[in-house]
Amino acid sequence: MTAATASPIATAPAPRRRRRQAFRNSRDAWLLTLPALIPVVLFSVYPLVQGILLGFTDAKAGLNQVVTFNGVDNYTRLAGNELFWNSFRIGLVWAFGVTILQFLAALGLSLLLNMNLRFRGLARTLALVPWAIPPVIIAIMWRLMLNPSYGPVNEGLRAVGLPGDINWLGSFATALPAVIVVGVWAGMPQTTITLLAGLQNVPTELHEAAAIDGSSTWQRFWHVTLPALRPIIIAITTLDLIWNFNSFALVFVLTAGGPGGQTMLPMLFAYNEAFRYGNFGYAAAMGNVMVIVIAIFLFLYLRSQARSRLS
Amino acid sequence: MSSALLAGRRSRVARPLQYLALAGYIVFLGFPLLFLLTTAFKTPRELQAPDPTFLPQSLDLANFGLAIAKANLVQAAGNSLIVAVSTTIVVTLISLPAAYALARFKTRLRGIATGWILLSQVFPFILIIIPLFLVLKQAGLLNSLLGLILVYTVWSLPFALWMLQGYVAGIPVELEEAGAMDGGSKLLILVRIVLPLLAPGLVATSLFAFISAWNEFFFALVLIQDPALQTLPLTLARFVGAEGQVQLGQLAAGSLLATIPSLLFFALIQRRLTSGLLSGAVKG
Repeated sequence: MTAATASPIATAPAPRRRRRQAFRNSRDAWLLTLPALIPVVLFSVYPLVQGILLGFTDAKAGLNQVVTFNGVDNYTRLAGNELFWNSFRIGLVWAFGVTILQFLAALGLSLLLNMNLRFRGLARTLALVPWAIPPVIIAIMWRLMLNPSYGPVNEGLRAVGLPGDINWLGSFATALPAVIVVGVWAGMPQTTITLLAGLQNVPTELHEAAAIDGSSTWQRFWHVTLPALRPIIIAITTLDLIWNFNSFALVFVLTAGGPGGQTMLPMLFAYNEAFRYGNFGYAAAMGNVMVIVIAIFLFLYLRSQARSRLS
Repeated sequence: MSSALLAGRRSRVARPLQYLALAGYIVFLGFPLLFLLTTAFKTPRELQAPDPTFLPQSLDLANFGLAIAKANLVQAAGNSLIVAVSTTIVVTLISLPAAYALARFKTRLRGIATGWILLSQVFPFILIIIPLFLVLKQAGLLNSLLGLILVYTVWSLPFALWMLQGYVAGIPVELEEAGAMDGGSKLLILVRIVLPLLAPGLVATSLFAFISAWNEFFFALVLIQDPALQTLPLTLARFVGAEGQVQLGQLAAGSLLATIPSLLFFALIQRRLTSGLLSGAVKG
């Protein structure tokens, strides 16, 4: 909060003399940034460019492999690879499923947290805790929860007289939905906190005016809160969508893509292709296809941002 | 705040429903954690009893001892600690001057840095890991903690930088100008005026770097094969496959132990982390 409130001071319109000084200082700026810049260029910009290029080669794991460019061969092969498209479809179901449920759950929770309720502090802390837990451990925890014979989920179902022998992570019908629920649990913090921040910035005068005009709670939510939150909602759901589409550790430990590939997210698929079968070029091509999907998400995001700025 | 006031004036029906919803959230978010905690203290016989109790019958620490011994947790925790602490130090040292430059100088760097920060958040890591694997292999840094530290540094840097430059921007530039008028050298001003004010931001940034290195899994999975160099998440993930199918109590105990450091750090920065992110969210 301090950063947001104080920053206008720092960026206040500078007098002309200061601007000249800033110009002279641009060499200093580069010098100060250099220690950060060098490792970033060497170990993330360079690999990134290299990774995109690898997607157009037949690179394979192993020593002394001759790497040659093979143009779009990888992509024509991919086009016919039904397993990959299936994993792609699963990735989209997972990403949209988690993002939408996560958004609705986080919106509800942040509305509650924005009210003057008791136990608000407890709920707020609990909403943040998944952040601090390594994804691997979240996965282990939920494996215990969903354990077919000893897990409390089945235990609870048995207690109320329902069939309590469901193998949540092991059967075709339930694996993907179960994994999505775990994804929602793990991703609640960012979304809740971001929405809560947005709610706290909705001008209260608007609410009061609407209340005086006699509009109901629901009307106020729909016509005042939601429009004010719009930019933040779009930003956080876009980011969530991309993060979920790229996610790996959680599902890797929960199911490793099983049963029978029912939860084989694209990242898991590409990981297997690269590091189990050694097909580096082909796996990088899958990465490039994923980039296209992400680029579409980003494009839609930027367009809706531009549109809301115009209106 | 005043929306809460309005809520108070509203119908009496809404209140109980709100508490019901809040209770639902607390159970959904809190129960798995509680279950992990109680499982860690249960004996194998208790866990497999036909009518299990929620609370363990005694505070049995056997699971912890067995998990530490079997999964080699001490060694893994040592590795994780080395990697996380080194990453934190390096990230803090190199992001400090860069954050200052980004916040104070209006150069083209700012735009480039912002673009890169966004890009680094959205790229599928499969594209980066393959070339990184090849580069590190060539440099002899595959299967080494040093290689892992390098990778973690580079990938937690963008977000750390973004956080830290927000804190720098929050320090009024007038303070520095006043220092300059009093005849202080640039370096003196930075050390005497900017650094103390930046302390909370530095704490938050370094703890963020620590937690992300401590929790990371994907890079470690690909880059570390030697069992003696495995970090905690790797060791635990292996344990799930090997023993964890049967030894649920040990698995829970090991997981619990591995979570403690990041939970502690998290408790320390919780307020700062949220406020830092809030400011970012509001600006964005």
